[in-house]
Amino acid sequence: MKYISEYRNEDLVKKLIALINKSVRRDYTFMEVCGGHTDAIRRFGIPSLLPENIKLISGPGCPICVTGRDFIDKAILYSRMHDAIICTFGDLVRVPGSSSSLEKEKAAGGDIMIVLSALEALEVARTNSKKKIIFLGIGFETTAPGTAVSIEIAQKDNIQNFFLLCAHKIMPPAMETLIKEGTKLDGFICPGHVATITGSDIFNFIAERHKLSCVVSGFEPTDILQSIFMLIQQVNQKKAEVEIQYSRAVTHKGNVIAQKHMSQVFETCDELWRGFGVISDSGLKLRRNYEKYDVEKIMPLNIKFEEEDSLCICGDILRGLKTPDECPLFSIECVPENPTGACMVSNEGACNTWYKYRQYE
Amino acid sequence: MCLSIPARIMSIDGSTAEVSAGGAIFKAGLQMIENARVGDYVLLHAGFAIQKIDEKEALKAIKLFEEIDEII
Repeated sequence: MKYISEYRNEDLVKKLIALINKSVRRDYTFMEVCGGHTDAIRRFGIPSLLPENIKLISGPGCPICVTGRDFIDKAILYSRMHDAIICTFGDLVRVPGSSSSLEKEKAAGGDIMIVLSALEALEVARTNSKKKIIFLGIGFETTAPGTAVSIEIAQKDNIQNFFLLCAHKIMPPAMETLIKEGTKLDGFICPGHVATITGSDIFNFIAERHKLSCVVSGFEPTDILQSIFMLIQQVNQKKAEVEIQYSRAVTHKGNVIAQKHMSQVFETCDELWRGFGVISDSGLKLRRNYEKYDVEKIMPLNIKFEEEDSLCICGDILRGLKTPDECPLFSIECVPENPTGACMVSNEGACNTWYKYRQYE
Repeated sequence: MCLSIPARIMSIDGSTAEVSAGGAIFKAGLQMIENARVGDYVLLHAGFAIQKIDEKEALKAIKLFEEIDEII
């Protein structure tokens, strides 16, 4: 496949490994902050190809994993309304809430539909005018513009039965929180598809203020290895810059049209991240002009946030403090078929990828 | 979630395209890109084309890799 197979070339991988081996001079710890990278790194067995003094840790880049349990609880309560249809990305349905999951609610008769995009949810609204369609908006800067476009279309076409339960988040504040909390790092493998939208410049503060190396990376094996090589070189030369490895998709300024859609519809707000607590200005909420699409404004719920299971260490994993194999529940009680924590649910969760690709054996 | 895959535009109808990724056909909203043409490669994410893939840059990276021989 074009733009995929070229970047999976065995000879190139070998060359890059040789280059990396030649350039290591010390211990390095790099964090990937995109779930797509977490999956790719485990799927392609990247850690097994690297010298032992390079440690890769996963950060808070899987939107499913960092979604608070209260969001799932709210979605479940809305799904129990007789005239509601919940439209959600598939990854979310198996995430455990306090006492149920959307999958269990669907099995019990709840009207819960899996959609591939916000536009599909909008179509469901057009064809079910007597129902209230509630789209579960999760995801970072990559996904939020799509939700914004669908809200704008709903406004333009006067669709009145389309609503948003919003937990969209933005990446930089969580990265800054990690750094401030003291997670030990030499650099970031920065999220390539977030940067496709935002541009690589949003990471400049990490290099400038926090003196950490950043490389915006693609998602194929040679992309990731090249990014690691670029990070090693920066660290060796005591540089802290933002470089773009994924130049076929990422520019310094990003996709300006997508950014306009996002800022037209959303403004930032304080937001709860699983494992972190509330991070200021890290979430997106609908602007006042679009409040009539905010399900929590139109049909408010009153729910109490409950504490997470104390044994589950998803929170520490999301902050890069622990790895999945350090969790007492991992692969014993907590497995993809019956997950305790969100990191085991999502295909891009650290626990799920460790389990799936047997990295702990 | 932020998974995006390279897909080729097969046909365009207003602001929606049919794109092919690995043999499967998907619908993609074109609201975020300009001057989309049939045959263009885009990154497909959650039902939207979020960027056109820059062929020149893609080739440049490959070429760079090919030159690694000389460095090692």
